[in-house]
Amino acid sequence: MLKEYKTVKEITGPLVIVEGVSDVKYEELVDIELQDGSKRRGRVLEVDGDKAVIQLFEETRGISVEGTKAKFLGKTMELPVSEEMLGRVFDGSGRPKDKGPKIIPEKKLDINGAPLNPYARDYPNDFIQTGVSTIDGMNTLVRGQKLPIFSGSGLPHAELAAMIARQAKVTKPGEKDGDGGEFAVVFGAMGITFAESEFFINEFRKTGAIERATLFVNLADDPVVERIILPRLALTAAEYLAFEKGMHVLVILTDLTNYCEALREVSAARKEVPGRRGYPGYLYTDLATLYERAGRIKGKPGSITQIPILSMPEDDKTHPIPDLTGYITEGQIMLSRELHNKGIFPPIDVLPSLSRLKDKGIGEGKTREDHSGVLNQLFAAYARGKDAKELAVILGEAALSDADKKFAKFADEFENRFVRQKSDEDRSIIETLTLGWELMSILPESELKRVKEEQIKKYLPSAKKEEKKIEKVEEEEKEKELV
Amino acid sequence: MSEENNNVHGTIVKVSGPLVVAKGMNGARMFDVVKVSDKKLTGEIIELAGDTASIQVYEETSGIGAGEPVYSTGIPLSVELAPGLISSIYDGIQRPLNLLKEVAGDYITRGIEVPGIDHEKKWTFKPLVSVGDEVFSGDFLGEVEETVTVLHKVMVPVGTQGKVKDIKEGDFNVTDTIAVIETEDGDKEVAMLQKWPIRDPRPVKEKLVPKEPLITGQRVIDTFFPIVKGGAGCVPGPFGAGKTVIQHQLAKWADADIVVFIGCGERGNEMTDVLMEFPELKDPRSGEPLMKRTVLIANTSNMPVAAREASIYTGITIAEYYRDMGFKVALMADSTSRWAEALREVSGRLAEMPGEEGYPAYLGSRTASFYERAGKVECLSSKGREGSLTVVGAVSPPGGDLSEPVTQNTLRVTKVFWGLDAALAYKRHFPAINWLTSYSLYLDDIKGYLAKEAGEDFPDLQSEAMKILQHEAELEEIVRLVGIDALSPKEQLVLNTAKSIREDFLHQNAFDDVDTYSSIKKQYLMMKAILTFHNKGVDVLEKGADLKDLLKLPVLEKIGRSKMTPEDKLDELEAMVAKAASEPESVTLK
Repeated sequence: MLKEYKTVKEITGPLVIVEGVSDVKYEELVDIELQDGSKRRGRVLEVDGDKAVIQLFEETRGISVEGTKAKFLGKTMELPVSEEMLGRVFDGSGRPKDKGPKIIPEKKLDINGAPLNPYARDYPNDFIQTGVSTIDGMNTLVRGQKLPIFSGSGLPHAELAAMIARQAKVTKPGEKDGDGGEFAVVFGAMGITFAESEFFINEFRKTGAIERATLFVNLADDPVVERIILPRLALTAAEYLAFEKGMHVLVILTDLTNYCEALREVSAARKEVPGRRGYPGYLYTDLATLYERAGRIKGKPGSITQIPILSMPEDDKTHPIPDLTGYITEGQIMLSRELHNKGIFPPIDVLPSLSRLKDKGIGEGKTREDHSGVLNQLFAAYARGKDAKELAVILGEAALSDADKKFAKFADEFENRFVRQKSDEDRSIIETLTLGWELMSILPESELKRVKEEQIKKYLPSAKKEEKKIEKVEEEEKEKELV
Repeated sequence: MSEENNNVHGTIVKVSGPLVVAKGMNGARMFDVVKVSDKKLTGEIIELAGDTASIQVYEETSGIGAGEPVYSTGIPLSVELAPGLISSIYDGIQRPLNLLKEVAGDYITRGIEVPGIDHEKKWTFKPLVSVGDEVFSGDFLGEVEETVTVLHKVMVPVGTQGKVKDIKEGDFNVTDTIAVIETEDGDKEVAMLQKWPIRDPRPVKEKLVPKEPLITGQRVIDTFFPIVKGGAGCVPGPFGAGKTVIQHQLAKWADADIVVFIGCGERGNEMTDVLMEFPELKDPRSGEPLMKRTVLIANTSNMPVAAREASIYTGITIAEYYRDMGFKVALMADSTSRWAEALREVSGRLAEMPGEEGYPAYLGSRTASFYERAGKVECLSSKGREGSLTVVGAVSPPGGDLSEPVTQNTLRVTKVFWGLDAALAYKRHFPAINWLTSYSLYLDDIKGYLAKEAGEDFPDLQSEAMKILQHEAELEEIVRLVGIDALSPKEQLVLNTAKSIREDFLHQNAFDDVDTYSSIKKQYLMMKAILTFHNKGVDVLEKGADLKDLLKLPVLEKIGRSKMTPEDKLDELEAMVAKAASEPESVTLK
């Protein structure tokens, strides 16, 4: 028998406090019925004696202390799931938003999920080719990784995410196309604009990916508190598709900054002791419960790869949101306003970008044996080239040593040829590596310390020519001898 | 552990995240373990006020409500200590992850109870005392071959002493009685299994001053910022600077007998990497898999926050237990910031008055008491026996800002500081330990050891190289202002040598099979070659040689590739040192 209470005592921000309750559970779902009979959903945030603090997923506007009924549902929040979810759009409470029929659930899953036993995890080491040189070549993405895009307002993170979603595939060396494994995209939008949301939906539609996508959308004018629930709905759907249906799921969450702000709003309403910049002290733990839901499980075919997008307030990566995210995720793709202003797309600044899982996903049998050397060399050379350019700004180009002049040239070429690509340009990893070697031939060979000698002979265009020359000379000499 | 405490049971009045408050807890004691609700979630009492107890719960509390029961077990949170610890993988409260998977599947669900140690497995016990012997706390009763590399000693429990009345030999499980000791309070049966509360340091006879370095095979650490066996170190750094890789490298290559690795609030995939890699890797000294000397504690960031708080104590208690057997133990905690955050979260929910940045005021004292459990000690025993416990804690300062409370409190109690630098990491200079800001206060203590083991002039080479690196930093300022041409050839050579030290010596690739580990001897030879060349170079420059000619010498190329020389070909490096001395002489003088 479900109990109904008319003892609402206090309403602050998104919180409703009900008194005189008994047998209420932490995280239990609650239906609040307004005087006019309309219902709003919420969950229990705290139980204190006979008092329950309820966080509504919707606005508290119009709720009155008198005449409002709170009905405790005796269960925690669940998401009905089934394969029919593919190709559908839902709102932040998991209700269909696309005028389609209701989902007939195969089962219902707790949206909080349980922590995955590290012992049951399988290590992500399948190279994903995104067709973006700066990601494939320098900050390689692997299946089961969580790799956020750190962006800023006005930067083209949406275009980049769409490009990745469109081109991502798993390839083995020598093969042209990706392996068959079924893929799916789960898209979670929190507080983004209608235009941005339409951009993604149109992108998915254009490429036909919409058939394989499940979208959860909370727009900028939708209830703020829904944003706290939405990523959990998206990830629950992703877990179902990946680990029960064996699909390779790419989860794109945007924009995490809006999620954290919603969290801060609720925390402030509860009068909790704030941590840095007013965000709650448990922001790290809370973000971890989202990000850690990426990965692979031993003995199961599917995987969840996460690409969360967050916009750094004032492009400041020491802000708590990017900072805590960086401590949980396996690297980050950093967008740079400077490159964007130069007109370079995708404006990925490779130096502060990082993929922690790349080492197991590259090399012989995965991409090519010289990959690790090439990426280290490109990183080191680009860093030095940028230093040299800085120096040239102060002292004039003439003050640079010959080697540094070459590095400066390298840095420019790197940005113009390696970083820059068209938004529909799908570069294979081999193309990316070849391009890397081409750029390296700008540098003096003695400076190429991060690549192995035999690889220089095999791949460096100028070294290859020399070798051919020597061979030719030898052949000519042989011919002469024969004559 | 009196009986009546087992009967304490109260009722939940409040649930707020990992914090549960219960009424009617008369007779409960601080830090006793309780079982919360009928789901039997494990928790620990952290505050008592009248009959009201605040409990931090080590499992998810969703679905728990007021009115549900709470039972006290009357025992403080303890770990089980016995053969079978090595090679285990535990969560924060010593539940083996593999058993959890067997019982509950891929996800960690709630209320599962599994023993920390296999109580059924039989071990072959060999006695080391005979009937009639007088034994004291900490004395060896016998030994068990736990793994090929670890000979586990069974010790007389702390607080027990007397005459051996009976001692057995043969195959037993850990709960079987293996000895009977006649004490003043009557006969005491001793089994291999002991329990120890995790928040109490295990007693020792005496603390000693550590003098011997912990060789890690990492050049920047061993040569410039060494840590001693029994020392405490701290690795702070922003994300992406390589803390975790350094911790993994230490766990893999440090010359300790036992390694305890605590993944405290770490990434799940990274922990899986450790779980999958350690059984594969070979210990360079014994040739056995590294897992056979390792205990792993994995509490990933999405596992319950309170268990994260407990995990570092669980780990250090196990480490102390092996130290007491006379082993050299190394413990790595990655990252202690997550532990401090767990402390902050629970403190916040208790509505305690916050200190700096919301951390509780007792953060400093808790941090200090954790690191003080490190040390070289004379173990508790009637016979002289020494053991050591080295602790290295990673700290993850928000925004890389070292002035934050966790870093500052840690620096106050550790003597080694490996400061990681994001700028170095961007250049892919790994390990990204900044040589100008890092320090080791043990450098003087171990000079004698290094001079003996590596080469007599090793300490001199070390300080000379450091001087060159510092000189480089000054010269760079000048170059930035007026350009490289303003420097004398000698100063330009300093820049070149500094670059060589940075790129050829300090830079070390953890993922390369050869470069991942350098013996002290190899480090010595590499450094010797670089500095010999430098000093000879200065000589010939003074005599009028051209710097350009000097920098074209083939030995520089050799030095550049010397890190790739395998350990069994160190004679090549000796030849290189000779060349570094002779080649500069061949440069034509003007």
